[in-house]
Amino acid sequence: MERIEERQGLLSALPVLILLGAIFLAPLLVVAGFAFMPPKVFHLAHLPSFENFRIFFDQGYHAPLLRSLGMAGAATVLLFVLCYPLAYGMAKIFGRFSLAITLAVVATLFVSENIRLFGWVLTLMKGGMLPGHLEAWTGLEMDGLLYNLPIIVLGLTYAYFPFMLFPLVQGISMVPDDLRLAASDLGASRLRIFLEIDLPLAMPGIVVGSLLTFVLAAGAMAESKLLGGQAVIVMADEIETAFTYGQNWPLGSALALILILIVGGLAILALSKIDLDGIMGRRS
Amino acid sequence: MASQTVLRLEGVTKRFGSFTALDSITLDIADGEFLTIVGPSGSGKTTMIRLLAGMDAPSSGEIYLSGNRITHLPANKRPTCMVFQSLALFPHRTVGQNIEFPLKIRGLDRAARRARAMELLQLLRLPAGYYGKGVMQCSGGERQRVALARALAFDPEILFFDEPLSALDYRLRKTLEKELRALHRQTGKTFVYITHSLEEAMAMSDRIAIMRSGRIVQTGTAAEIYNTPKDRFVAEFMGEVNLFPVEGTGGGHFKGLAEPLQAGTATLALDAAARATLMVRPEFVRFLAPGEMADCSLEGELHNEFALGSRVQYEVGLPGGRALTVEKLAEARFDGNYGDHVTLGFDLAHSHLIREA
Repeated sequence: MERIEERQGLLSALPVLILLGAIFLAPLLVVAGFAFMPPKVFHLAHLPSFENFRIFFDQGYHAPLLRSLGMAGAATVLLFVLCYPLAYGMAKIFGRFSLAITLAVVATLFVSENIRLFGWVLTLMKGGMLPGHLEAWTGLEMDGLLYNLPIIVLGLTYAYFPFMLFPLVQGISMVPDDLRLAASDLGASRLRIFLEIDLPLAMPGIVVGSLLTFVLAAGAMAESKLLGGQAVIVMADEIETAFTYGQNWPLGSALALILILIVGGLAILALSKIDLDGIMGRRS
Repeated sequence: MASQTVLRLEGVTKRFGSFTALDSITLDIADGEFLTIVGPSGSGKTTMIRLLAGMDAPSSGEIYLSGNRITHLPANKRPTCMVFQSLALFPHRTVGQNIEFPLKIRGLDRAARRARAMELLQLLRLPAGYYGKGVMQCSGGERQRVALARALAFDPEILFFDEPLSALDYRLRKTLEKELRALHRQTGKTFVYITHSLEEAMAMSDRIAIMRSGRIVQTGTAAEIYNTPKDRFVAEFMGEVNLFPVEGTGGGHFKGLAEPLQAGTATLALDAAARATLMVRPEFVRFLAPGEMADCSLEGELHNEFALGSRVQYEVGLPGGRALTVEKLAEARFDGNYGDHVTLGFDLAHSHLIREA
C-alpha cells in the first residue's frame, strides 16, 4: 500500500516539479552560470572567471548589499515588535473580532503594492497631503518626507505587514493557554512567561514570519525606488542596473548570486532550527 | 473537623453575563485534608477551582487562606498550586527543567534545584535518569508524576487537582489514585481535587463535596453521603438507588404513593399527610422467602438479571410500572427466572428518608 501511495505522491507532484524545473530552477542555474563568466559577455561558452566577484569587492557593491540587508533587518525587527501584540490579541483575546482584522489586513493586498506606494508618495512628498497640511497650519516651510533611509524601512514595514502578522498569529495560537496559566500558577511573572513559555513555543511562527519579511524585504526594489528615489540605492537596484543599462549580465548574475546565497543560507539556517510540521498542524 | 481551616470560601458567587456559575458558596477546607469536589459537567466545579487557584476572581464573596483575604490575589502570588487536567507540562523542556521551574523562579542555585528535583523524582518513583529526558518522551503515567513533582517542587500550602486522571485508562487511573492517596499521607499537604467521577472521589478523599448547578449540595465523608444523602440528586448521583415517594398516615405510619408498600410495625419520623422520599440502596433489598418478614415489603416481577462480576443486579418490575434495583453478592445469587413473581423486603434501619423543600 505504502509503495502505491508513494508513487501517487510522486505522480501528483510531477506537473509542479516540471513547471518549477523549467521556470524556477533553470533560470537560476543560468544566473549561477553567468556569474562565473567574464564581464559583459552574453553566452555561457567562455572560460569560467571570478572577475565579477573581484568587481563586487573593488567597486564597492558591498555597500548597497549591506544597505539592503540592514534595511530588511530593521524592517523585520520593527514588524515583529509591531505585530506581536496584535497577533497575541488576534490569537487569544479578540475572538471573532480578529476575523475583521484579518479581512482588513488582507484587503490591503487587493491593491497593487506600487499603487499603494504611490499613495505614500502623494502623502509624503513636498507639498503633498501631510507636509502640505502642516505647512498650511503652521506657516513654516516643509520639506518632503521622502528620499531617505528611514522612510524606506517604514515602507517595507508597511508592505510586508501581513507576512509577519499571520505567521505570528499562527505561532502564538500554538501555545496552549494552560501552559501560561500553569507557569503563572507556579509563580512566574508576565515577563518570565513571555520569555520562557510564549517565545520558545511560538518560535516556529516567529521564524517563519521573520524569514518571509526579511527575504522579501532584502530583495525589494519598489520601496527604495518610489520612496527613496535616487537617494538610496539597494542591492536589487544594482542588479537591475547591471542587467539593463549596464548590459553586464555576468556582473548582474554575480550580484544576484551573492544575495541569493546570503538570504538562502539564512533561510536554511533558520528553518533547520524549527519544526515546520508543527506550524502546518501536522504534529502528531 | 478537628483541624484548622486553611481555606475558607464565604458566599462566593461567580457570574458570566446572566449565567450564574457559582451561587453563594460557603465552604471550609481543613488543613491537611483530602477534599474532593464532585459534580456533573456544568455544575461549576471547574469555575470553582479556577477561583481557588487565583486564575479568576469571584463576582462577589471572599476567599481566605489561613485567615488572609486572597480573593483578588492573582495565581502567581498565591502559595497554592494546581495540577491541570492537561497537566500543562512545558513540552520544550526536560523533566528536570519542568520540575525545577518553580525553584528557578524562587532563585535557587543550580545545585540546590537539582538536588530537590532528584528528591522529587524519587518520591514519585521516577528513575533518576529521567532528569534529562524530554517530557514529550514520557508515557501518560510518567507525565502525571512529573506534573505532580513540579507542583510539589513549588511547595504549595494547598495542592489543587483539576481532573488530572480523567484521560488515563482504567488500570493506570486506579494505580495513580492509590499513589495520590499515599502521597497525600506522606506530604501531609491539603489536597483539593475536582472530578466528575464519584468512584475517584470515594477512592481517594477524606471528605467529598457534591456540586450541582453552581451550589454545593452536600459535604461529608463518602459513607455519610452514600448512606444519608440530602436530596434525590445526591442519592442518585452516589450510585444505584431505589426511591419511594411516601406519605405519612399518622403515628409514624406511612403509605407508598407510587406503589403499595406493605409496612410492618416499624415507623418513620413522618407527620400525617407529610410527603417525603424513602431511599433504599439496592444491596439492602432482599428477596423474601414465603413467611419471611421485613419492615417493608412489596410485590414484583423479575425482569432482568445483570452479572457485574463480584455482584449480581436484578431489575424487578413493580405494579405501578416502575422498576426496582436489587443487588446481591455473586455468591449469594438469587435463583429465579424472568417473569417470576417475587416478594421484596427491606428494613427501615437500612433506609433513609429524604425530605425536600
